[in-house]
Amino acid sequence: MKITRDQLMALLFLTPSFLLIIIFVYGFIGWTGWVSLSNWNSLVPDMSFAGLKNYIYLFGDYRFQADLRNTVFFTILFIGFVIILGLGLAILLDQTKKANSLFRNIFLFPMALSFVVTGVVWQWLLNPSTGFNQFLQVFGIQPKWYTDTNILAGFQWGSIEFGLPVAMIAVVIAAVWQMTGFSLAMYVAGLTGIPDELREAARIDGASELQIYRKVILPMLTPITMSVVIIMAHISLKIFDLIYAMTGSGANFVTDVPGVYMFETTFRGNYYANGAAIAIIMLLLVAIFIVPYLINSRRGAS
Amino acid sequence: MLKKSLAFLFMFILMIALAACGGNEETTDNTGTTDDQTEDTSDNGASEEENAESSGDGGTVEIFSWWTGAGEEDGLLALIDLFEEQHPDITVENAAVAGGAGTNAKAVLATRMQGNDPPSTFQVHGGAELNESWVAADKMEPLNDFYEENDLMDKFPEELIDMVSKDGNIYSVPVNVHRGNVIFYNMEVFEEHGIEVPTTLDEFVDVLAQLDEAGVTPLAMGDKEAWTATQIFENLLLATLGPDDYRALWEGEVGFDDDRVRQAAEYFETILGYVNEDHASRNWQDASQLVGEGEAAMTNMGDWAKGYFSNDLELETNVDFGYFPFPGTTEDFMVITDTFGLPKGVENPDTVKEFLSVLGSVEGQDAFNPLKGSIPARVDADPSNYDEYGTDTMEDFQNNNLAPSLAHGSAASEGYLTKANQEVNIFVTQQNVDQFIEKLQQIAGDL
Repeated sequence: MKITRDQLMALLFLTPSFLLIIIFVYGFIGWTGWVSLSNWNSLVPDMSFAGLKNYIYLFGDYRFQADLRNTVFFTILFIGFVIILGLGLAILLDQTKKANSLFRNIFLFPMALSFVVTGVVWQWLLNPSTGFNQFLQVFGIQPKWYTDTNILAGFQWGSIEFGLPVAMIAVVIAAVWQMTGFSLAMYVAGLTGIPDELREAARIDGASELQIYRKVILPMLTPITMSVVIIMAHISLKIFDLIYAMTGSGANFVTDVPGVYMFETTFRGNYYANGAAIAIIMLLLVAIFIVPYLINSRRGAS
Repeated sequence: MLKKSLAFLFMFILMIALAACGGNEETTDNTGTTDDQTEDTSDNGASEEENAESSGDGGTVEIFSWWTGAGEEDGLLALIDLFEEQHPDITVENAAVAGGAGTNAKAVLATRMQGNDPPSTFQVHGGAELNESWVAADKMEPLNDFYEENDLMDKFPEELIDMVSKDGNIYSVPVNVHRGNVIFYNMEVFEEHGIEVPTTLDEFVDVLAQLDEAGVTPLAMGDKEAWTATQIFENLLLATLGPDDYRALWEGEVGFDDDRVRQAAEYFETILGYVNEDHASRNWQDASQLVGEGEAAMTNMGDWAKGYFSNDLELETNVDFGYFPFPGTTEDFMVITDTFGLPKGVENPDTVKEFLSVLGSVEGQDAFNPLKGSIPARVDADPSNYDEYGTDTMEDFQNNNLAPSLAHGSAASEGYLTKANQEVNIFVTQQNVDQFIEKLQQIAGDL
């Protein structure tokens, strides 16, 4: 086979980044995986093989079980609200068509902030002795927000109480506030992509506005929803900065997440192998979402 | 139309990806809660450049620390000035790493030590943080000869030298001492309710109950980071066990199934009934503020809080706020000491020793400590340089029994401390003494 000039150029341009990615992304993922199977739990590297010891320890650990519980509920609530609010706002914008781009920018703006900034701001807004509670006092309600240690609908599972940690709701509010603009922008783009002819045709067939949305527009937005879910899932499963700035681990680990645990156990406790194991588990969790999506989109493309 | 919207979409995905990458990396330091001081203000980029230029006869000393906060950085700079005055031929590099209560610095240090690129000398708390990690990993040079040459053996309390020694070898030079078993209180609140300073744990519990009835928050705690609660528990352990058995506990000679450990846990449970409700949302500064404002009566904190009371809240010592040793530990001194040692594999150990000798001298310690707000580790420093609190503490330091702090890494390894903090965090909410003791026994293997 003869290599054309174009192909050669392409190869030349691709090789450096290909090599860098192989080494610095996949190489280090592999290294982390190896560390997670070692006995390296002190300052002195000890790469002797430990099998799944670190993983077994983690799954029996109170804190890690709490982390998994928190991640599950955070992810569900976060993605749910981001989609519902984003879609709702997008439809409203789509209806009015007035000042469309102005509102889109207003809603999108929180995204320009770092999660750290959001975390600090909401830490004060939802602080039980300052912030919103000063206002809510008028109505005699005093939620404890992220200092609440209650678990809603909790039951004993493993060593933890499984259920919705009330404190997590405060974190969800902050995260949703920041990311709703993103899903809004996605849905606005999706809605503009739907040709007006389709709506016209539906109207001619006698469909009500509600029916048009339910039967025509929403189904056409499914790919957008898929993308939003994937993007939000990878944010929420890896979340670290928002939690670290806003609440920390929380009393009784009600707002702890694997990212925070990994940081503390690795860099404060020098449990490198345990930390690596947490990192690998986080990677697998994200992979559960990403891999089917990638396979699906490859099929769609070919 | 469709193409345009797809491009729009693609842009956003790209944007999000970039935002996610950027965001994750620069977030290690922000909660503003460091052991000693906040406000990270150093620029550590500058030191790199100096490195390349300076290779004169005297050589270079690179001082690695996490002293970047207001008072502590001033102290370090004063110490460096003094050294440069005495040794104009030696260049000093201030390689301070900001953030995370020293966590960032420790992570950088671990990387450099493991890569055999140690700094000339680095900040490390005396006790397990030094002995169980760097000394155990065989990364430190013994300094016995240095101590003898500089005639230092009798200049530090014996118990302090023990904290920086392992198997008969001395590994670092202490520069300062902070005290961990102090309770700061609002004098006006105490006066108003006619409360006497408690000296035993039972008196303490009575005082807590009295204040509670009077409608004041008896004890302010800010355990957004768990070590503040761990600090209360370690003081209780010191009170119930006494200094000798307290030390024996960390050496594994007294078990966690000891009745007195249980007693400490029970006192802990009682005391937790009297803390402010929003403790989980506060850090130690926020908790101290409650005391300053008179909303709470007392708070237990290391004596870096004294600097916070006088400098940040602008309160007057022994007028607005007072201090007393943690009840039951009036004869004891919970030591938190910053020390500097000599890592193995440093190019110019003699130059580094010059720096250590200035650091260990009376002039050095008196240059550093008044600014940092700590007391000198040497027993013969000049008390006239220190304020009322400092001279009081210096006297106690010489006369009391010294005990190593768990919450600050002196009593046990960092790994054990991380796990102990986790168990304390769970206990603060669940308050289940049996389970707590059981867990403490389980993690004792990491001591």
